[in-house]
Amino acid sequence: MTLLVEQLLNGLQFGLMLFLIAAGLTLVFGIMDVLNLAHGSLYMIGAYIAASVAAATGSFWIAVPVAVIATGVVGLLLEVTLIRRLYGRDHLAQVLATFAVILIADDAVRMIWGPSPLMLSAPAALAGPVTLAPGLEYPSYRLLIIAVGLVLALGLYLLVAKTRTGMLVRAGSSNRAMAAAMGVRVDRLFAVIFALGAMLAAVAGALLGPLLAVEVGMGQSILILALVVIVIGGIGSIRGAFVGALVVGIVDTAGRAFLPELLQRVLANEAAAQLGPALAAIAIYLLMAAVLVFRPQGLFPARA
Amino acid sequence: MTLAVHGLTKRFGGLVATDDVHLAIETGELHAIIGPNGAGKTTLINQLSGTLRADAGRILLRGEDVTRLPTAARVHRGLVRSFQVTSLFRNLSALDNAMLAVQARDGSSFRFWRPVTAEAQLRDDALQLLARVGLEKRAAVVAGALAHGEQRELEMALALALRPTLLLLDEPMAGMGPEESARMVELIRRLRSDAQHALTIVMVEHDMDAVFSLADRISVLLAGRVLATGSVAAIRANEDVRRAYLGTELSSEPTVDFAAHLEAGGAHGAA
Amino acid sequence: MQRHLQRLLPWLLLAAAVALPWIAGALDQGYYVGFVRRLMIYALAATALNFVMGHAGLVSLGHAAFFGAGAYTVAIAMAHGVTSAWIAWPLAAGAAALLALAIGALSLRTRGVYFIMITLAFAQMVYYVAVGLKQYGGEDGISLPQRSALGFGLDAADELTLYYVVLALLAATLLLLNRMMDARFGRVLLGIRENEARMQALGYATYRYQLLAFVIAGAAAGLAGALFANHNTFVSPAALHWTQSATFVVMVLVGGIGYRYGGVLGAFALLLLEEVLAAYTDHWHLPLGLVLLAVVFLAPRGLAGTLARRPS
Repeated sequence: MTLLVEQLLNGLQFGLMLFLIAAGLTLVFGIMDVLNLAHGSLYMIGAYIAASVAAATGSFWIAVPVAVIATGVVGLLLEVTLIRRLYGRDHLAQVLATFAVILIADDAVRMIWGPSPLMLSAPAALAGPVTLAPGLEYPSYRLLIIAVGLVLALGLYLLVAKTRTGMLVRAGSSNRAMAAAMGVRVDRLFAVIFALGAMLAAVAGALLGPLLAVEVGMGQSILILALVVIVIGGIGSIRGAFVGALVVGIVDTAGRAFLPELLQRVLANEAAAQLGPALAAIAIYLLMAAVLVFRPQGLFPARA
Repeated sequence: MTLAVHGLTKRFGGLVATDDVHLAIETGELHAIIGPNGAGKTTLINQLSGTLRADAGRILLRGEDVTRLPTAARVHRGLVRSFQVTSLFRNLSALDNAMLAVQARDGSSFRFWRPVTAEAQLRDDALQLLARVGLEKRAAVVAGALAHGEQRELEMALALALRPTLLLLDEPMAGMGPEESARMVELIRRLRSDAQHALTIVMVEHDMDAVFSLADRISVLLAGRVLATGSVAAIRANEDVRRAYLGTELSSEPTVDFAAHLEAGGAHGAA
Repeated sequence: MQRHLQRLLPWLLLAAAVALPWIAGALDQGYYVGFVRRLMIYALAATALNFVMGHAGLVSLGHAAFFGAGAYTVAIAMAHGVTSAWIAWPLAAGAAALLALAIGALSLRTRGVYFIMITLAFAQMVYYVAVGLKQYGGEDGISLPQRSALGFGLDAADELTLYYVVLALLAATLLLLNRMMDARFGRVLLGIRENEARMQALGYATYRYQLLAFVIAGAAAGLAGALFANHNTFVSPAALHWTQSATFVVMVLVGGIGYRYGGVLGAFALLLLEEVLAAYTDHWHLPLGLVLLAVVFLAPRGLAGTLARRPS
């Protein structure tokens, strides 16, 4: 029982981080109609800067904000120099261009930090577990991630639902041409959105750093999960990204933890030993394929 | 009877776009459908052609229930439409456009070896088709470069290539000036007299001159319902129709004054 | 003059490809026989993808699944004692075609970016299945004890022989696909790419044509995979990874999507560039990325598009 709760919490934690990454991706795709494959690279840069600063200053608490701001700047620069020129281009051109950015970013990171993975340690204060309930202990660092994830998710929701900027975002999401025609300062709005997405990705990168490896290629692995999330959730929808991310996070985590065992109990033979891990790995893809077949616009379609 | 429509209904959320529509289209007639913007004319055509699925009701083509059939199947049964917003292969020449249409009705397209350029029959048929609508001299021109009126004529040619028995024309005169419209009216008239077998036409139009000069009967659509059906003279005299278009709460086509047309009887009196 | 050159170009390239081993041998650069052979195998796979992307208008991010399926079929068949190329290679193409039929049938219910994503999803499933196949090497892959047996006294182990076999198959496939594009089937695909709604209104069952194109492309990719397995005498799930699919897409885009030789040009350009850049620096991804950016902004129709005037 405690194992189940623990895995669910892990799934929640991973899902919330996925949300931070997917939010930027879905906003950029939904509003600016740009398929930005390089979004994973921003996540990677956030993790690398955090690791660097943490190593230099010895403080995790300094490293994260620095990484977030720095990545925000990088995102802004990227938008102004490149992404801006991709608006209105067909998706294939965007795929090629952002794929190129992935290549450039990977090598840039290798040249600056070397090819080996970096170490990023969780803050010492959070090294120990917290007792949530009698018999249920959970790592305090992961709880921090959950807390930060929830706070940011709430903040993003308030921003989009309650503020003027958020209203512009929602307007742009459902009908970009109309928003532009109504005089919205489109270029500035886009730059802000892009930078915001970059910063959220950096938070995820910095926070997940101690749990996953900080290495070149981490961007691609997370990117594909983020794409699954926004397809399931609905392109352009923050709410969809939130629900989609939690679903993907929990299904993936719980799947990997329980499916192999479950299958072995049910099938109890050689095939199950192989099928289990494979099934766990493809569970989220099966889910996405099912969504695409039955509800192609995703769970919460934002577009008209 | 070529086309019978019973109780056709289509809803978009809370909006009833097509409201229990009944139509009985006689073989060989040209039946015009008129009505103000938003009356649901294109939605109706879309359901007849198979682009949209009706929520309720039946569509019978020569007695066969085609309500659930996809567009391609209806085309094979002779039910062909043209588009209000010109839908061509803009990067291909007029001839290539026509050839694709001719190819659709001429044997199987699952052929992989023989180049299409070697198929003289296909090419001849396509040229003949272009000649029928008056575009034979423009065969080599890329469709996107044709004049608007010529594009509408090509649009018509594509529909004709499929050897329709029931032709759905969705605003064939859309966006045309008086000269181009006159050409199109002549073309439609020629099609009816040339046809080897009876060609039935259902035509949605705003151009009342064209409607009065071409139509055998008219159905008036208002807010998704058929207000009245009858001969041209009968519709012109119909009190409900006159009242509907004289009413101030309705927004009608800004460039067409229905009331004036009904009064004046159009520039060309209907036969 | 330009026109004549364009028509002559494929034949010139063919002649160059035929002559290459002799030239390489004479210059004592035998390495290049294997190198160009690899280029041709990727060119075959990219041509297959170009057929489906450029001619049928379907962007597939799951092409590696068919490539890998072909490679694995040869490897698995060999592990069970089937070494004849005359059995294993058609089997590879057939397996890939069946996989394409299954994936295509489901994926073609969607369009646009959703189609891209669902093909990606299915390819990932195939990838993880391959990783899970422990008896065939799993994550580490499987080595082939030998190359496929060709019969007729030909030995695929001879580098030159395999080179010409690959060249012959690439040329034959290009010929077949080009013929197809000029025939009725190809015209329908072109029409679907240009205006799918119009094609449906003309009475074409567009789904069937697209599915068939998808299956044909899958089969060709599977054949490329079979050749790949022979070339390396080694197969691993890396051949199925989504980044491999993305590479194929990049090849088609760089070469010129929809142009007859776009796949060939793209594969050659990308791999040659990699080779040249890698000779100068370990960090050749960066200049490669810059070149791709240049293609996006300076040569948006790809190499073939920039060389030609109009699409085929």
